[in-house]
Amino acid sequence: MASIEMRNIVKKYGDGFPAVNDVSLDIADGEFMILVGPSGCGKSTLLRMIVGLEDITSGDMVIGGTRVNDKAPRDRNLSMVFQNYALYPHLSVYENIAFPLRLQNAPDDEVRKRVTEAADVLELHEHLDRKPANLSGGQRQRVAMGRAIVRAADAFLFDEPLSNLDAKLRGQMRTEIARLQRRLGITTVYVTHDQTEAMTLGDRVCVLRKGLIQQVASPRELYEQPVNLFVAGFIGSPPMNFLPATVSGSSLETPFGTIELDERRAKAVEGKELVLVGIRPEYFEDASLVDEAKRPLGSVFTARVDVTEWLGDSQYAYIPYDAPEDVTLQLKELSRELDSDQLRTQAIVSIDATSRIREGREAEFWLDSRKVHVFDPETGDNLTRDADAGAELTRMAAQDRVEQVEQARQKAG
Amino acid sequence: MSTRERNWWIVAGIGIILYALFPIAWIVSLSFKAPADIANGQFLPTVFTWENYSLILTGDASELFLPALLNSFGICLIATFLSCLLAMFAAYAIARLDFPGKKIILSTALAVAIFPVISIVTPLFNLWRQIGLYDTWPGLIIPYLSLTLPISIWTMSAFFREIPWEMEQAAQVDGATTWQAFRKVIVPLAAPGVFTTAIIAFFLAWNDFVYGISLTSTGAARPVPAALGLFSGASQFEDPTGAIAAAAVVVTIPVIILVLFFQRRIVAGLTNGAVKG
Ligand SMILES: Nc1ncnc2c1ncn2[C@@H]1O[C@H](COP(=O)(O)OP(=O)(O)OP(=O)(O)O)[C@@H](O)[C@H]1O
Ligand SMILES: [Mg+2]
Repeated sequence: MASIEMRNIVKKYGDGFPAVNDVSLDIADGEFMILVGPSGCGKSTLLRMIVGLEDITSGDMVIGGTRVNDKAPRDRNLSMVFQNYALYPHLSVYENIAFPLRLQNAPDDEVRKRVTEAADVLELHEHLDRKPANLSGGQRQRVAMGRAIVRAADAFLFDEPLSNLDAKLRGQMRTEIARLQRRLGITTVYVTHDQTEAMTLGDRVCVLRKGLIQQVASPRELYEQPVNLFVAGFIGSPPMNFLPATVSGSSLETPFGTIELDERRAKAVEGKELVLVGIRPEYFEDASLVDEAKRPLGSVFTARVDVTEWLGDSQYAYIPYDAPEDVTLQLKELSRELDSDQLRTQAIVSIDATSRIREGREAEFWLDSRKVHVFDPETGDNLTRDADAGAELTRMAAQDRVEQVEQARQKAG
Repeated sequence: MSTRERNWWIVAGIGIILYALFPIAWIVSLSFKAPADIANGQFLPTVFTWENYSLILTGDASELFLPALLNSFGICLIATFLSCLLAMFAAYAIARLDFPGKKIILSTALAVAIFPVISIVTPLFNLWRQIGLYDTWPGLIIPYLSLTLPISIWTMSAFFREIPWEMEQAAQVDGATTWQAFRKVIVPLAAPGVFTTAIIAFFLAWNDFVYGISLTSTGAARPVPAALGLFSGASQFEDPTGAIAAAAVVVTIPVIILVLFFQRRIVAGLTNGAVKG
């Protein structure tokens, strides 16, 4: 087991393009770190530099206290699960899992013991004699995991391990990985661009954009206190709505009426004229279904609903709004960068599943203004981020985590 | 596929098989005919006889045939081995590395492959006589490499491109040295490609006639196809047709064995599932 420290890591490929740019990141011993970001932001490159398959242009990679920049992958004692599993097709499942041990010249009964243990954990027993070609996707995935856990590696590295599975299996394997990691308590770096995986698996999540770290924090902090437009738009599904607004004193004029800001946030937006307000879909509600007690905490507005989507347990409404030309352009640019498909300037609003609001009609909505964030449209910075509250969220997550690991160990031992 | 469609396939398949196998069947039948029987115009011999075989294996023609058989085997195996070895390195580089001149190597190989043999055989004849390679094994192995190497490089690099190279990286992460990764993972994956290439290269060398007849003069290096042309009948007035047919059957047998023996390996190698399905 080991911690992983990256100091000012830069990776330039042959064409001089910096795929990873000045990344500094500390991953604690036993921590589950997620790397997320849109396609091409350098997640795989960073992971491959940790494991040693990619040269580091500059900076220091320190694993377990020693600098490993010049060490070959085999000397780093890390194990990795590749996106397409990279199982050895000519070897049986047993030999695939045993492969790292065979390379260490482990004695046969030692190998048998360790492979059996790994097969127990991953429920692979009846498949040990088969060839990878004859296994299902989920089984192959488990064999790849088996090969990773069979050896006492210092850390696990995963590169989008579930992206080739169907949705249901992905859910199963996700819990499997979480359970396994808690049980083994081994430092893990996990690359994904799946929202759910990022939010549910990680102790901390590192959001990358074009090779630069945007924010490293617990999922909760990312969700509630994002540092900028990019992180705010990337985390959360459906994504946060960004409305253009003009500042007047301590209130904001938006297409959906006036939003009152509290003292702290009013101070933060002082001196700005045009801003973007970030409102998560669930901060909205069908006004007719809001408690009388809650009502005064937000504002009420009327708008015409374009489309509604009823999903049984929840319901979404799409409300188009008008925005100045340059804001529209900027939002389009942002959504393109986030790989999202939202082209129109419309707000996605989450309303109660029982709501009778219907398409094409005017309806009254309530907006909870307590948690809205205000962004600077030029720099994208979050003007109203409460750093202390965010740090507190991450601290609490870390504490929960310690307890969970403790519990898992007691149960296992 | 409907039944009708399938029937058509079967009929067409049988047609093609007949078309391809008929000359071979004819030669086999010829090899069992007695000299008097050869021109009888019938497919089957009136009397089955081993006369032709005993002629080439133990009789008069054996002095010509048996050394030639040995030469053919020796020269072709060595040429195949060398060309596979060289092509393996070349194809590995072509499939794995990005280097300037990759295209040039491939197109040069192609150019060499389509270069007409007959146009270089005369200069080669003169050159070989002067430097003492005429009528020796190396004197044939070298030109055979020029036949087999280009095609070996092409087939093997096509095979190597299909190998998922992530395997090699996975092996390195699992703790293998570069050499171990190559030996334990890449070689088993590449083996079917190498076998296929070897078989193709062997056939090319085995079937050569022009170099064989031009660059040899005695049993020291003369390969079978050249020796066949030198057979004479039992008497001056008899054609050696039966003996040639028997020799042709004998030299076809290794080829058939080779294909049957390695067929499963070749196919198996191509259908392995290395990565997710
Ligand atoms: N071998 C290479 N040569 C040159 N550029 C490369 C190479 N590999 C990756 N890149 C570039 O580096 C950047 C980061 O690539 P990387 O594979 O790390 O992205 P990623 O975040 O893993 O994306 P994805 O989610 O699509 O896997 C990309 O812009 C890519 O074009
Ligand atoms: Mg990637």
